[in-house]
Amino acid sequence: MFFGQLFKPVNIAFLLMLCLLSGLIGCSGQNPSSADLDNMDIPADIKEIADLRGLTPDDIEAAVKTYHPSGMHDEYIMFSSGGHSGQIHVVGIPSMRLLKTIAVFTPAPWQGWGYGAAGSMEILNEGNFGDTQLRWGDTHHPAVSETKGDYDGQFLFTNDKANARVAVIDLRDFETKQIVKNPIANNDHGSTMVTPNSEWVIEGGQYAAPLGTDYSSIENYAEDYKGMVTFWKFDRSAGRINPDASFAMELPPYWQDICDAGKLASDGWVFCNSFNTEMSTGGVESGNPPFEAGASQRDMDYLHIINLNKAIEVLAAGKTSLVNGFRVIPLETVVREDLLYFAPEPKSPHGVDVFPGGDYMVVSGKLDPHVTVYSFEKILSAIASGPAKKDDYGIPILNFDDVIAAQIEVGLGPLHTQFDNQGYAYTSLFLEPAVARWAMGGPYKDRNSEPAWSLVSKIPVQYNVGHISAAEGDTVSPDGKYLVSMNKWAIDRFAPVGPLLPQNFQLIDISEPGDDMQLLYDMPVGFGEPHYAQIIKADKLNPWKVYPEVGWNPETQSIDPHATTTGEERIVRDGKNVEIFMTAVRSHFSPEHVEIKKGDHVVWHITNIERAYDATHGFALSGYNINLSIEPGESTTFEFDAVHDGVFSYYCTEFCSALHLEMTGYLLVQP
Amino acid sequence: MVWTMESKINDILDDKEIRRLLKRYHYLPTFFFLSAAFILMFSIFLPYWNLTLEAPQYPDGLHVNLYVNRVTGDVSEIDGLNHYIGMKPLAEAAKFERAMSVFAIISLSLITASAILVHNQWAAFLSLPVMLYPVVFVGDLYFWLRLFGQNLDSTAPLSSSVEPFTQPLMGTKAIANFVTSASFDNGFYLACLSVILLGIALYCHRKSYRPLTRALVDGSYLQQLSDRH
Repeated sequence: MFFGQLFKPVNIAFLLMLCLLSGLIGCSGQNPSSADLDNMDIPADIKEIADLRGLTPDDIEAAVKTYHPSGMHDEYIMFSSGGHSGQIHVVGIPSMRLLKTIAVFTPAPWQGWGYGAAGSMEILNEGNFGDTQLRWGDTHHPAVSETKGDYDGQFLFTNDKANARVAVIDLRDFETKQIVKNPIANNDHGSTMVTPNSEWVIEGGQYAAPLGTDYSSIENYAEDYKGMVTFWKFDRSAGRINPDASFAMELPPYWQDICDAGKLASDGWVFCNSFNTEMSTGGVESGNPPFEAGASQRDMDYLHIINLNKAIEVLAAGKTSLVNGFRVIPLETVVREDLLYFAPEPKSPHGVDVFPGGDYMVVSGKLDPHVTVYSFEKILSAIASGPAKKDDYGIPILNFDDVIAAQIEVGLGPLHTQFDNQGYAYTSLFLEPAVARWAMGGPYKDRNSEPAWSLVSKIPVQYNVGHISAAEGDTVSPDGKYLVSMNKWAIDRFAPVGPLLPQNFQLIDISEPGDDMQLLYDMPVGFGEPHYAQIIKADKLNPWKVYPEVGWNPETQSIDPHATTTGEERIVRDGKNVEIFMTAVRSHFSPEHVEIKKGDHVVWHITNIERAYDATHGFALSGYNINLSIEPGESTTFEFDAVHDGVFSYYCTEFCSALHLEMTGYLLVQP
Repeated sequence: MVWTMESKINDILDDKEIRRLLKRYHYLPTFFFLSAAFILMFSIFLPYWNLTLEAPQYPDGLHVNLYVNRVTGDVSEIDGLNHYIGMKPLAEAAKFERAMSVFAIISLSLITASAILVHNQWAAFLSLPVMLYPVVFVGDLYFWLRLFGQNLDSTAPLSSSVEPFTQPLMGTKAIANFVTSASFDNGFYLACLSVILLGIALYCHRKSYRPLTRALVDGSYLQQLSDRH
């Protein structure tokens, strides 16, 4: 550490002063002006506190870089996958504070997600598999919507690896609006990634299986099992994926892993890597090599190079077949129309990442200590000159040496790569575990003083890093500044909490060039194992403070026809159907008595008529598994059959006011 | 009589003097009357009074702007808070005054403007309503503030902890966890300006003798003047 070396003998107070003066703290506006800082006395007792707590000057520097006094907002917002929590976590950077969890595939009571509210029930049910209600997900790779390859902060997409589903979140209210179940697959992994203007949301498959989720014996693996990549058409004005305009490409039954969309130089192309090109079918119990060995035999797997623009032409020409009612370009058409090329890649890679300019792609074979950089220009000329080899399915294979730009030895277990604004790329090293910084070549080489395509430095991380995420680090214009190492293991980093441990997000300052990277902060993640995350500049987000108008239905993003206004609260009975029109305002529901009979079918509308920021009301109804979150202006509906007679209370579950406890009512169900 | 006066003016005054008289006895009072009337009408579009409520839970405060015919700002939020102490919704205050205000102000303005044509003491009488208008506004505002503040619903949730009060017309007051601060606003200041302009108008108008001014502005007489040159 540059700072550490330089200032070790110097007293801590002086260092603190210097940190402040050097403007390293990434914040503005709400801080005292630099003139104030000039005149600021650092109290001597700071040193005493630091000594008492065993803090080093580096620690104090890290604290000053991340500390947010009350009311100071973060410069960046990170959208992290929630892993098998099935949710998305919203984290402030650099404070590493969890700001919110967005319910996606999993019911979440706080947000009233999946506990009666009709909008949430409908969206969750969109994601059902046949009659089976899927009520969790394994979110892996969130993707902020992009315009011209840069985050625009309007929408967020994420996937469910476990069930091959994709969700759309509207970043005006940070709520999930749609879940689409892939009709042809049961799992995915190469999702979600978006094309530079978010016209297409990419969902690459993972474990090959018969398309359409049909049965076929594993004996027929080579013939019947298939890989796939699905391109979901996103309708930005509707804020929804349009499944009817979407399509998939059938792929060989290699296990496709992660994809990335081309941009700028490679706009219109999509890249996915793969493993198990051995087509190992496992069966360790029958004496076969287990997948872990069988899928690791060959030295090379295949980087999939997909001509999306041409695929769209093929789609428009109607050269698709329907699988489960979904348009699929069959593998033979893929071959005939030259939609797919392979480039060999070091075996069993776990990431393909497109450079900011779209001119290079980097792949890390996780069992190979190098990162392999492909030149898109070379790929295009190799394609033009006609590949000599083909795989068993007829896919042309480009010659490895013809397409690579560089291989850089970075360390053990390289996985995923992100980029910054100083010509550096960062690759996570699972086995070391560390994050490697390496200098990019080509047009990026003049942005720093290191030789092109060379390892610059490494910073150890604790422990077992998976993905990393740099500020806007996968866009056409990365910001640098911060990188988060998303570590799978925490081991000794936090107080022990039993055998199930949190994951560990580590914030790293990458603003200084060369070998100066500083670990700033550890954030325990005790709510599901995150995979990828994206970090967006906070000022690109412009969420609503309250819903635009009273009576708003967040599912349709328009006024709900059943919205109720003050004075129009009522209970309407039609035979056994009872419809309730209710308002909620501090500090009462209206009506406060709802008298029905056992056996009635109840449809209950509630409108929160508040306009005040943060004046959310909850609604919990005992005995009927109903719990809603009704934000200011929101109108919501739930329905149930009155199967229990008795007296049930309903009450506000958000402490809305001094008279919150009194915000209650009785549901009286006559026998 | 008029004719005689015109002849006389023609005989004794030169052009320069006529222009001076026109300015002093005709243009000047007319300008001030019209300005007063216009400014008063324009005040309809500006708030007369505003109230800010500050509490920790409202970092930006809550604001209401009182216009002659409407109340804007965080009205529903303030009504929502007021229901805890049993104060009536703001919409129920001064309904008649707000309904009549635009019509009344336009009428007053036109009546005032009509004083231009009246060259005797009745001109002051016609201006009197506008002269009194700001005072009447303040009195009425105080009446409603007092009526609302002193008549809190005794069954309201917090009626036992907040005593009846009267929100001052200007300045701050602490009520429960809120600090309120009230002040008059641009609309009211325009109304006051209108009164001042009207005073100037009446002063200028005071000595303007109708036959004289009529002779001065009479078209045929001006025609004669131009013919002569």
